[in-house]
Amino acid sequence: MPLTEADFAAVLLTLELAALTTVLLLLIGTPIAWWLARTGSRWKQPIGAIVALPLVLPPTVIGFYLLVSMGPHGVIGQLTQSLGLGTLTFTFTGLLIGSVFYSLPFVVQPLQNAFEAIGRAPLEAAATLRAGPWDAFFTVVLPLAKPGFVTAAILGFAHTVGEFGVVLMIGGNIPGKTQVASVQIYNHVETMNYAQAHWLAGGMVLFSFIVLLALYSGRSSQRVWQ
Amino acid sequence: MIWPLQRRNVPTPTLGGAGEIQARFKVEHADFTLDVDLNLPGRGVSALFGHSGSGKTSCLRCFAGLDRPSEGYLQVNGEVWQDSAQGLFVPAHKRAVGYVFQGANLFAHLSVRRNLEYGLKRIPAAQRRIALEQAVELLGIGHLLQRLPGKLSGGEQQRVGIARALLTSPRMLLLDEPLAALDLKRKQEVLPYLERLHSELQMPIIYVSHSPDEVARLADHLVLLEDGKVSASGPLKETLLRADLPFVFEEDAEAVVDAQVTAHDPAYGLLAVQLPGSGISLQLPHGPLPPGQSVRVKIKARDVSLSLQQAQHSSVLNLLPARVVDWINVAEQAHVLVRVQVGREQLMARITRYSFDRLNIQREQSLWAQVKSVSLLGAS
Amino acid sequence: MRFGIFHTLCPLFAALAFTSNVLAEQVQVAVAANFTAPLQAIAREFESDTGHTVLAAFGATGQLYAQIRNGAPFEVFLSADERTAAKLEREGLGVSGSRFTYAVGRLVLWSAQAGYVDGSDAVLKASPFRHLAIANPKAAPYGLAASQVLEKLGLSATLKDKLVEGQSITQTHQFIATGNAELGFVALSQVYKEGQLSSGSAWRVPAELHTPIKQDALILKKGEHNPAALAFSEYLKGEKATAIIQSYGYQR
Repeated sequence: MPLTEADFAAVLLTLELAALTTVLLLLIGTPIAWWLARTGSRWKQPIGAIVALPLVLPPTVIGFYLLVSMGPHGVIGQLTQSLGLGTLTFTFTGLLIGSVFYSLPFVVQPLQNAFEAIGRAPLEAAATLRAGPWDAFFTVVLPLAKPGFVTAAILGFAHTVGEFGVVLMIGGNIPGKTQVASVQIYNHVETMNYAQAHWLAGGMVLFSFIVLLALYSGRSSQRVWQ
Repeated sequence: MIWPLQRRNVPTPTLGGAGEIQARFKVEHADFTLDVDLNLPGRGVSALFGHSGSGKTSCLRCFAGLDRPSEGYLQVNGEVWQDSAQGLFVPAHKRAVGYVFQGANLFAHLSVRRNLEYGLKRIPAAQRRIALEQAVELLGIGHLLQRLPGKLSGGEQQRVGIARALLTSPRMLLLDEPLAALDLKRKQEVLPYLERLHSELQMPIIYVSHSPDEVARLADHLVLLEDGKVSASGPLKETLLRADLPFVFEEDAEAVVDAQVTAHDPAYGLLAVQLPGSGISLQLPHGPLPPGQSVRVKIKARDVSLSLQQAQHSSVLNLLPARVVDWINVAEQAHVLVRVQVGREQLMARITRYSFDRLNIQREQSLWAQVKSVSLLGAS
Repeated sequence: MRFGIFHTLCPLFAALAFTSNVLAEQVQVAVAANFTAPLQAIAREFESDTGHTVLAAFGATGQLYAQIRNGAPFEVFLSADERTAAKLEREGLGVSGSRFTYAVGRLVLWSAQAGYVDGSDAVLKASPFRHLAIANPKAAPYGLAASQVLEKLGLSATLKDKLVEGQSITQTHQFIATGNAELGFVALSQVYKEGQLSSGSAWRVPAELHTPIKQDALILKKGEHNPAALAFSEYLKGEKATAIIQSYGYQR
């Protein structure tokens, strides 16, 4: 198998990025999804549309704007510089932030749907049974929304594994830091190492397929028990 | 089937003081405004009756704190739960109410036992006055504890819902049309448990319903709601008989009367019941019941006619000595509703204006009420 | 009704066909990213002089190679190096004998900030920067040349951790232009216009520090019989094109 150390490093980096992004998104996305599901405010539609933007924007657009805003003259860049962190382009942290934007709707929307499907009734029942809002959220909403969380995690993870355009724009192709598998495959094609490209790409397809298969069969067997 | 009513010795509600519920709610909804001012007894069953859209559920939710009236005051047996003038609003999860939802609203991800324990766990041990076993036994759900709500019938779910609400040892039990979503058979199954609740619990119960029969069977106090406003509020029997309320139950005016079983005639299938205090007897076709058992009967105004003399050769079973109290004209003036006193109870008789004039009905006049049909509450 | 439309459109098409120059053709050109600006200028002149139209696609040389190999409809290929064009010719995808060097590239160390680079390699040695951008050496000839320069200057090891790679020379320029890399190696043509530096500060890297970046052009098999392709190839060798190419900082 002609895969090099750089290739394995790229795969590991990809998995690390996808896992961390998913965790971050579940943490950030849950309150956003909850608010979107429950609010009657007139900001619901605009904010919902902003969250959905990465669904329709070409990743290179996201990447480009990240490149500009993370740079020394951009909003994010000036913030990070004032905090003494320098600029985030070409760093793993920068990729993480980019991935969070890129995969945001893929996590928020399934969660929002799950929360909406729960409706108000279970929460009212919980309130009449002396559960305060946080208590009700953890003991009633989360268990009922579990399938939504699983979907959100699967989609967030898988989507980040496939991320390319954003990484291309802000990554800088640094091995071990920003050289993820998708970029590495691109490198192999660029340098006409088709054999390596095949191995790496094929391996990623196989891996993703197995993961998705396992997770989807887990979900449908849950439904059977209902 | 008759439903025996045991221990119906609920004291006459006293208004004013610690043993009562004072509620004033004003809520603006999209299509109507709820604006009620209620004084309810601090014990027994108070029924909120009205059509859909009359505001009864909205009112109940205000009691629970699930909806927040823009202006409101709520005091339950001495505890103030809302006072908008002072900016006080105790949120739902801090109020000691038990709420039974229309569709039971059980937690789908928890077993019946876990559902029951949900509220129980959340009150300090010192405040638990009802134990799990008690509630289970009261509602007869012991065999269902391990099941998931999805595997229960509608009636079973509703009973679990009631038990679950009780297990928070509430100061007040609120029921939102608990039988509305059930078919007849299930209704019959759950009703007796509701009656047991009534007789065995000390707490006030507020019962929302649009079913006249349910209200007649369970209520001690009746509140009529129409378009978000209270059109009447008072003890059940009095309110039912109020002649100034056109068609209180929309169908015909009817009277509800307490009686005691005296005898049964198996040959003719007739059950005899006696009105307490007056010795006046009624007969009706029914299966046998133990003598002495207390029952409630319903007599529709249209089934009562009046006669100046006691008819000797009539097919009507029940001829009762009566005294005219007052009357009211109804509808297109073709009929008159006459209220008569029979012993200690009152009945309504619906007669034509023609007959009214012809018989020259006067107040205090003694005559005979001919009761053609008597039904026992619960029978259809 | 269909009859009527047909009768309306038919003469319309005929009119269009006769108004355009019957001899005018279209040529599809694949162009290395670094040559973007000069190519656009040359194409404008070409079109007005000959009436042919130029459809150009710009990209990294390696990428364009892969596309051509897999059947992309290009007719002329302007590579950023010698090697790729020669490879295509060897593989039979180009018209033999049509390959020629259309430009010799110059490397420049450039920063978007004025005064950052002082016209020498001093800033490289002092290395006050966090990121130095170069094109991917494996994929882009200018990147390869840049790495050769660093090697020659003995700075490869010290600057290794500060290197960020753009996938193409265009992206490399982007990194520097947005300030994310303080400086980097780009093609002179990217920052040179009408004979001078258009912005920022630069050091024109002496040609001896790297192997010459010969950029070869090739007529591809697909364009073999297209008169516009042949015309374009010839035009590139001509006077007007030469002047433009030189004004962008290339040599001939």
